[in-house]
Amino acid sequence: MTAAIAADGLARSFGPVRAVDGVSFEVGRGEVFGLLGPNGAGKTTLIRLFAGVLTPTAGSARVLGLDPAVEGSAIRQRCGVLTESPAVYERLTARQNLSFAAEVFGVPVHEVERRVDALLDRFSLGERADEPVGGFSKGMKQRLALARALVHDPELLFLDEPTAGLDPVASRQVHELVAGFRDEGRTVVLCTHHLVEAEDLCDRVGVLAKGQLIALGTVRELSDRLLASSPVVLSFLSPPSDEVARAVAGVAGTSIAGRSDRSLVLSALDDETAARAIEAAVLSGGRLVAAGRREHTLEEVYFALQGEAA
Amino acid sequence: MNWRSVRAIATKDLLEVRKNRLAIWSIFALSCFLSVGMPLLIGLLPFDVGPAGGDLGPFEALTSLLPPALQDLPMGARMVVLMLGYFLAPLFLIIPLMVAAIIGAESFVGEKERHTLEGLLYTPATDLELYAGKVLAGAVPAVLAAYLNFAAYAVVVNLVSAPLVGGFWFPTITSLALAVWVGPAVALLGVAASVLVSTRVETFLEANQLTGLLSLVIVALMVGQGSGLLLLSLPVLLLVGLVLYAADIVLIRFGAAIFSRDRLMARA
Repeated sequence: MTAAIAADGLARSFGPVRAVDGVSFEVGRGEVFGLLGPNGAGKTTLIRLFAGVLTPTAGSARVLGLDPAVEGSAIRQRCGVLTESPAVYERLTARQNLSFAAEVFGVPVHEVERRVDALLDRFSLGERADEPVGGFSKGMKQRLALARALVHDPELLFLDEPTAGLDPVASRQVHELVAGFRDEGRTVVLCTHHLVEAEDLCDRVGVLAKGQLIALGTVRELSDRLLASSPVVLSFLSPPSDEVARAVAGVAGTSIAGRSDRSLVLSALDDETAARAIEAAVLSGGRLVAAGRREHTLEEVYFALQGEAA
Repeated sequence: MNWRSVRAIATKDLLEVRKNRLAIWSIFALSCFLSVGMPLLIGLLPFDVGPAGGDLGPFEALTSLLPPALQDLPMGARMVVLMLGYFLAPLFLIIPLMVAAIIGAESFVGEKERHTLEGLLYTPATDLELYAGKVLAGAVPAVLAAYLNFAAYAVVVNLVSAPLVGGFWFPTITSLALAVWVGPAVALLGVAASVLVSTRVETFLEANQLTGLLSLVIVALMVGQGSGLLLLSLPVLLLVGLVLYAADIVLIRFGAAIFSRDRLMARA
């Protein structure tokens, strides 16, 4: 099966600025793929290139087997895009916004009304469907924008910062939706600053910095490649004394990477060293209740990558 | 060309304009002034009746445009007929031009200012369909406004001038040609120019100001008529209409040809 997205040396410049600079990667069908990076890293430009609304200055891409530079309309017909700002028509009602999208995306005429009603219900907008969107909260506008992105039942979704500015409840709803998209077999490209969100939702991530793809893989793959072995966390019943910390740090091959009220985080350990560090903690009087390895978080991986890129 | 897509874009724009109170009131106020206020004011001016067939001085050249039945009217009545039916008639074209300019200027740059342009560019509508939708959204209300205002103008002109002229006399054949043939051409010119400008500038205000320059066309017609240099007889009006339609086609084709989604998105 062909990849949903394949970029090969894709680049786009705006004057002297290289917004996307020779990016190559693939996204499999049915995959939830995260695009991470700081502001101005090129995430949004990349989506615009894939959707065929910007043309590349170098390289090429295939999206759903089509070339965005020449078949943009056909690609957009099969994609849903949630832009960073909701981009809804504030003078129109929620129903008019969705009906417009349904018409322009070519939803069969006899289905427009039913599909609009179904989306209004699904996104809890039914009660205010006939009010101008200008009076909606940011969360409601974002839900409306998501509903609009789905109006033509797309097989590929680009979600640019889908939870930006949303409260925790609304963010959770978006997370559930993305998980639902995966279950439905849709491919999702998620641009986000929220590393926890990406870690929870994405099968793989690509990290961009200054328009270049500086890392690609699962969080595990990236942490294995970039960081030393996973840290060991020692949890104590009561705060470990300085004596306990000194005893642990004194074990050859061990260093304390972090210390909080009732735990010590040890880095760069093999299993043998970890066992000796645990033993030292107990023998020095530490009231140990749990010890175990913790996977690196995406946040740790991300900052390591950005540090390398800088 | 997917006409459903074009229609959807035009309908959406018209819905938005309908809810833009400032635009609606501006159009309404100008329409009231030009179609009702102005003929009312001129019709009620105390013109000296004067002798039948008397000389009208600088306006005498316009008399040749009058139908035979109106040529022997007293001077005052002829003056009113000439003012309302001929001299000021080109001014009436400002209405379709203004409606077209307001809606057209809003088209792309307005969406950009309201942060909705990106969403529109992500639709499957082709560049040509987007452009056509925007042109249609400006042209339909501009032509409708022209016809409605012409009807209102005709009613008011007849009501205020009937006592002087001795009956209903408007529309004349030239005013009808002006409204039905030249009016839509001017509306299209306004839309074609304003949509084109809207794709190239950064703000609605800038687009509106640039499009406002088109009113010089109307001023030129008025000056030509008033000075006797270009009397808007039926053949002249047909020719002016033809020239304007040709300019419309050139402008719309040029606008669609240079329309660039990439360029708009790069500046969004």
